[in-house]
Amino acid sequence: MTFVCSLIVVAINAVTGTLIAWVLVRDSFRGKAMVNSLIDLPFALPTIVAGLTLLALYGPKGPIGINVAYTRAAIVLALLFVTLPFVVRSVQPVLLELDRDMEEAAASLGASSLSIFRRIVLPNLMPAILSGVALAFARSIGEFGSVILISGNIPFKTEVASVHIFSQIESDDVTGAAAVSVLLLVISFVSLLAIDTFRKWGSKHEE
Amino acid sequence: MRSSLALRTVALGYLALILILPIGLIFFRTFEDGLGPVWDALTNPDTIHALWLTILITLIAVPANTVFGVAAALMLVRQRFPGRSVLNAVIDLPFALSPVVVGLALILVYGRTGWLGGWLNANGIQVIFALPGMVLATIFVSLPFVVREVVPVLREIGTEQDEAAWTLGASPFATFRRVTLPAIRWGITYGVVLTTARALGEFGAVSVVSGKIAGRTETLTLRVENEFQRFDLVGAYTASVVLAILAFAVVLAMNLFRRETDGDRGAARQQAVR
Repeated sequence: MTFVCSLIVVAINAVTGTLIAWVLVRDSFRGKAMVNSLIDLPFALPTIVAGLTLLALYGPKGPIGINVAYTRAAIVLALLFVTLPFVVRSVQPVLLELDRDMEEAAASLGASSLSIFRRIVLPNLMPAILSGVALAFARSIGEFGSVILISGNIPFKTEVASVHIFSQIESDDVTGAAAVSVLLLVISFVSLLAIDTFRKWGSKHEE
Repeated sequence: MRSSLALRTVALGYLALILILPIGLIFFRTFEDGLGPVWDALTNPDTIHALWLTILITLIAVPANTVFGVAAALMLVRQRFPGRSVLNAVIDLPFALSPVVVGLALILVYGRTGWLGGWLNANGIQVIFALPGMVLATIFVSLPFVVREVVPVLREIGTEQDEAAWTLGASPFATFRRVTLPAIRWGITYGVVLTTARALGEFGAVSVVSGKIAGRTETLTLRVENEFQRFDLVGAYTASVVLAILAFAVVLAMNLFRRETDGDRGAARQQAVR
């Protein structure tokens, strides 16, 4: 359950994060600096507030009539909010330093903009995207605050791992809680190792 | 040109849906019924207590992590010792680990039946469901930030200036205070801002170890949840808005300091070239 949601979130993030980073670096428009600072907001905003705000907009009494509260979509939404900065912030600096010479060379040789992006820009960005994705993945696996309000915590349906641990602690089942915790711990460790590998791969690319 | 416009629209639209609209709405909902209920919720003794408790915990956790963070960064960059790469990985762990797991770990160690808990309890010190536990949880989750901001700056400035000061007869302490510290000051500041943000907003770990007793161990984030569960929406929204305003302040500070750090690193690079 947690795993599937995290995978969905991470996949969406990989695309939108790269897209936002691209727009922030290559495009210029009014208010760009402000948008750039807004990216950090989910990071600074307490997760419980994030959950509440999403519930206010996409919940039962939301003004736009979309009600996703207490469904899996709600969990995905909350996780998207919380993990938004990771991919953007790891792709942005790489994109800033990327030389445009190669792209221009490819364009002058007649490559379409899609194939330029796919064959030249994307391979350069890949390590950054992946390390952002791994960070986001680790974060979404363990996310608690934003999910607890919006998911409804229905066992077997919308109960994510961290909320499950929490309810086990509340009902004094410390052993069960510890078992799930160890699993989460292992996943976090693996993600950290993955991030490290991607970073090394990234710096090799630069050399 | 048209494709870049389309990309921009998609990116900004996504941001609006997921980020700007929800936060705008929470402000709108809070002040929907005028200022009266908001003022009542704000001046509720439990809210005020929660605010003070949050600030108190932050004031303990941030200096502790700053001192530890600078020391750990110095060790990681300047010294070689067995287990250095393990330490390097462990410092990142709180960042990737679920806060609920952090809370559970603290209960297992300091709880009534935990390793240290029995002894502490016998001596009249209560950690879990009391302030010390909440401070510990906050310190744990905000541990990596100062270290992670200071390490790259330390790498970049190198040790030449320290060595110069050393050969000119400065004591290690004077070298640190007059040479190293000024060079890493923006890195530290930025790390402190991030730590503060995390400490103010921590929910998962604190909620596990606090017991959530209104007026005693309830922080502002816990208050948001409690009020919401009690269907006191204005109370929940008001506490959220206070937290959101703090978050805005943090983001502003981050932007300010990021510029300063970039300037510093640029200057360091220029010196290295010379």
